[in-house]
Amino acid sequence: MPSLSRLILAHLWTAFAAFGGAIILGLWQMWVRSPFAAPLSSSENYFISVTAHGSAMGYVLTTFFIMGFGYFVAETALKRPVPFPQLAWAAFYAGIAGVVLVVATVISGQATVLFTFYPPLTASPWFYVGLVLVVASSWVWCVLMLVAMGQWKRENPGKSVPLAMFATAANAVLWLWTTIGVAAEIVFVVLPAAFGVTDTVDVGLTRTLFSWTLHAIVYFWLLPAYIAFYTMAPQKAGGRLYSDTMARISFVSFLIYGLPVGLHHLFMDPHPPSGFKTVQMVFTVLVAVPTLLTVFTVCASMETAGRLRGGQGLLGWVGALPWKEPMVLATGLSFSMLWFGGFGGLINMSYGMNAMIHNTSWVTAHFHMIFGGSVVIMYFAIAYEIWPKLTGRKTPSVALQRVQLWSWAIGMMILSLPWHVLGLFGQWRRVAQFDYSDPNIAWWSPWMAASLLGGAILVVSAALFICNIARFHIDDKKLQAETEPMRYAVSLHPGTAAPAALNGFSLWNVLVLVLMTAAYAVPIAHSFVVKPPQAQVHRVNGQ
Amino acid sequence: MAISETGVVQSERRWALAMAVVSVIFLTAILYAAIAQHLSPPSNVELIDPATIHVSGEFAEDNLGTRLEPEGGVVIRLVTTQFSFVPSCVVVPQDAPVTFRVVSPDVIHGIMVVGTNVNTMIVPGYISRVRTRFAEAGEKLMPCHEFCGLGHSQMIAKVRVVPVNEFKPDADGRAHCAEP
Ligand SMILES: [Cu+2]
Ligand SMILES: [Cu+2]
Repeated sequence: MPSLSRLILAHLWTAFAAFGGAIILGLWQMWVRSPFAAPLSSSENYFISVTAHGSAMGYVLTTFFIMGFGYFVAETALKRPVPFPQLAWAAFYAGIAGVVLVVATVISGQATVLFTFYPPLTASPWFYVGLVLVVASSWVWCVLMLVAMGQWKRENPGKSVPLAMFATAANAVLWLWTTIGVAAEIVFVVLPAAFGVTDTVDVGLTRTLFSWTLHAIVYFWLLPAYIAFYTMAPQKAGGRLYSDTMARISFVSFLIYGLPVGLHHLFMDPHPPSGFKTVQMVFTVLVAVPTLLTVFTVCASMETAGRLRGGQGLLGWVGALPWKEPMVLATGLSFSMLWFGGFGGLINMSYGMNAMIHNTSWVTAHFHMIFGGSVVIMYFAIAYEIWPKLTGRKTPSVALQRVQLWSWAIGMMILSLPWHVLGLFGQWRRVAQFDYSDPNIAWWSPWMAASLLGGAILVVSAALFICNIARFHIDDKKLQAETEPMRYAVSLHPGTAAPAALNGFSLWNVLVLVLMTAAYAVPIAHSFVVKPPQAQVHRVNGQ
Repeated sequence: MAISETGVVQSERRWALAMAVVSVIFLTAILYAAIAQHLSPPSNVELIDPATIHVSGEFAEDNLGTRLEPEGGVVIRLVTTQFSFVPSCVVVPQDAPVTFRVVSPDVIHGIMVVGTNVNTMIVPGYISRVRTRFAEAGEKLMPCHEFCGLGHSQMIAKVRVVPVNEFKPDADGRAHCAEP
């Protein structure tokens, strides 16, 4: 058992508790929007719920899961204790304090600004202070990951950092860069307004700063899934990682190209200069590359597994894979959702087509498919993989884990395919109730009912997930002790050390700095040069 | 496993090359559209003070709605505000070039005309501009698509597209939605 099991479990249970609450809100939101009358339905409740759902899923589930999983990887992949565990605990409690502030302000109706804020709408300052605490605690985590990797490198000169840890550190570096935008927005613009120091804001500037964070944050959420693809799935399938170098190139590419692309979220905004939208669109095309490399390497790794298990012919290896293994199954399901999500992403990226679907349900569908589908299903699989190590007990029922993973993927499809359709036909976003008596809208009813059903399946699947992991903690004498240590996939040709450039981040940090300067210096400076008139602050708590 | 290290590297090189080609095709298509066909991402850095929109002239209340401009072209001026459109219905001629000019005096809004590619954010401080042409006649929904406060869901306007011979602006060039 890792010595930090309690710390890791504290993080992961915080993540999944937030997830469990948020998914029930999600179902209720679908119900309110559907043609059927829902209890407690009101605009205020709806937007409180949307704010809570988005903040819990986007900030709490992800950040705490990633931190907990990171500590696990740092200890099990480096096979040495994580440095400064007291600091990790302090950061955890700071994060919890942040979550409490966020929950309290949102539930009391003091922060109905959704999880993307929308200044000049301004919530209670304590909402933002809560979020700052969550982010600050994740910064401590980032530093601890980098220190852990640095210490290991000093103790193991000339060796390459184990891939799982290299990727975790890449995510820490990515996150430090990513949060600069939102931190600047909150500290310099939003908090002064919320505390009443200023009473106007430059809205365009806040949007540009937030866009800095808005795309790369998705890669922060995504990288644990990729870590599982590369280092866990091939191992569980009984194969080898096809190429360690290619994996490192993919993670580094996410770091480089995941950042200078945020303006694609502002294609339809008037203020960013058109040329820079084009520049960032070009980088957006490039960020597809690491995913395409991943598809190859992971499929090739799985092929080695299938063939080792006796699979023959062009595709015989697919059938030979151990699909009963939750990690293998989840990888398959995640990949199938990644195709839909990736295709949707290509549409969003092409600014011409984006005009059709900007701020429609298509976008909601897209990120539910990519994040809720491809990514969160891997969070489940990772949980199933590491819970035995964390609790020292063997899995109570693998069959129930499979049922849970299948129901999640099916539920996500049923939820989001109708949204894609309705979005394509112009169903706009962030609406509490639709007027189904309007003939333009009446035909939406069956689609909305279908996606409501998808939401219900997801809630059942989430409940099953919570049961599946909770059972590890119930004192059951029949559960055998887990004695196997955590194993990560070994590469096909393990002897070779990675090139120095792919064993650290100095070079890549310089490159990120150059690219971010090229992509963002002018769009940010633009606001200070054209000096747009400011907008009056609108306090949502009515003060 | 039979595959050698050079085999691995070779297969990866081939795949990476294929993916590079795919990305280059995408980029060429988009940059061709941007440069040769002048289809760049929309942008309109035209400033306006949200606090004085109503006395600004262009967006004063009696200047809002559809107008056939003296120098030609149909312009639709709209104010989006918590939680309504002014005006809440606009009439436009079918199959003619029209320009939307939209501002917000308060918070961020967004508009789209459902079933068309008219779509823009409205950021206080800037004038949003969209040029388009409506191919078919009929009534279309024009909702606010960006969260702007608790009344956001109620913020819907209409665009009435009429055949050119039914588009009858007054002496000043203004046209209004006839009462339904
Ligand atoms: Cu993005
Ligand atoms: Cu709105």
